[in-house]
Amino acid sequence: MRSALLALVVLMAGAIAATAETRTSARELLPPELQAQQADDDANPGMLWVTSGQQLWSMPAGANAKSCSECHGDATTSMRGIAARYPAIDAKSGRLMNLEQRINNCRTANMAAAALPYEGEDLLALTAYVAHQSRGLPVSVRIDNAAAPHFEAGRRFYFERQGQLNVSCSQCHDDNVGRRLRGDRISSGLPTAWPAYRLDWQKMGSLHRRLRACSLGVRAEQLDFGSPEYVNLELYLAGRADGHLVETPGLRK
Amino acid sequence: MRTARIAMPKTARKGDIVEIKTLIIHPMETGFRRDDVGRPVPRDIIGLFTVTYAGTEVFRMDLFPGVAANPFAAFTTIATETGEFVFTWTDDKGVAHVEKMTLTVS
Ligand code: HEC
Ligand code: HEC
Repeated sequence: MRSALLALVVLMAGAIAATAETRTSARELLPPELQAQQADDDANPGMLWVTSGQQLWSMPAGANAKSCSECHGDATTSMRGIAARYPAIDAKSGRLMNLEQRINNCRTANMAAAALPYEGEDLLALTAYVAHQSRGLPVSVRIDNAAAPHFEAGRRFYFERQGQLNVSCSQCHDDNVGRRLRGDRISSGLPTAWPAYRLDWQKMGSLHRRLRACSLGVRAEQLDFGSPEYVNLELYLAGRADGHLVETPGLRK
Repeated sequence: MRTARIAMPKTARKGDIVEIKTLIIHPMETGFRRDDVGRPVPRDIIGLFTVTYAGTEVFRMDLFPGVAANPFAAFTTIATETGEFVFTWTDDKGVAHVEKMTLTVS
């Protein structure tokens, strides 16, 4: 592991600035059979969570026994395009929220229901279901006005050298795209596939779980699910992925 | 309740080959793993998946520890008559999940 990283660091020569269009989704670097499996809704196991989310969508919850569908109706129309512009600033609180937090906010503020645990099956399922309604649509987050300082904080985090290995996100996801690292080929680190099904986990997981795996990979502190630092980073990643199409549910190694 | 997905046509002509694909959420816990605090995680796997069509078994699959979680299965059968498909997954705790689909044959 250490030697693989050292080799990698040696490879880190002059960075070629990539634009959004030239960035590479991890999907394109998967073996063809896994790409085909992601593309086949009948074989992509992530679709199981989308189906669970669809079931939860119309299930009453909370003190007023309300379901998502009572307020939002048919998700295939009301939720279309929503995930493509998250994280976003919540007008009421002024807070930056990612999709998981937005859904939980609806539960606590609009349904008098308890927030769902971040990496629990129900929140993964609802997030996957809502994000899936944007599949094929281009990511387009706001990074101006109230979002600007969050984007800037995310950008700083992305370029900061971190952990015992002292490497930044950029050194892998900009400078070494396409190169091998352990069993993987390094992609541009786009957030477009998440929540995604990872074969390594044998289940669906959130983007923040993926980020925690990258933090661990460089022996940096793994931040909490939903921590403001990761949500800022998520906004930066989404800004970098501008115009890339939402893939949820992605399939990953 | 478990979540399963069944992909199959709703209608077919008599004699057609019908392709069916299935997925189910299941941990396929081998019984060999330990949890975060070192306690063994009890075995819980789907051992058997069967499908009947108009009362006759058309597919049967044995599964073992080591099969990945959330198992996928695909098979084909021949459309003979209008009837119900019953998909039954059985795990270490008993019948884990049943799904039913009707195929209309013309
Ligand atoms: C009582 C009505 C109500 C219920 C029930 C409800 N919501 Fe909402 N939802 C709202 C309102 C109102 C907004 C607009 C923002 C706000 O005031 O919170 C919203 C906003 C959202 C958004 C953001 C939309 C955007 O344009 O950015 C998402 C996503 C969402 N809800 C998902 C859900 C999910 C998932 C559920 C079920 C777990 C749910 N909502 C249940 C009322 C509701
Ligand atoms: C040592 C190299 C390395 C570093 C540093 C690193 N990652 Fe990763 N990252 C990987 C590998 C390998 C993968 C899995 C293959 C892939 O998708 O690139 C991955 C996957 C990802 C993915 C999922 C992409 C997809 O489509 O599934 C995202 C998002 C991501 N990383 C973001 C980050 C962020 C943000 C940082 C900084 C906090 C970071 N990574 C630091 C190596 C790294």
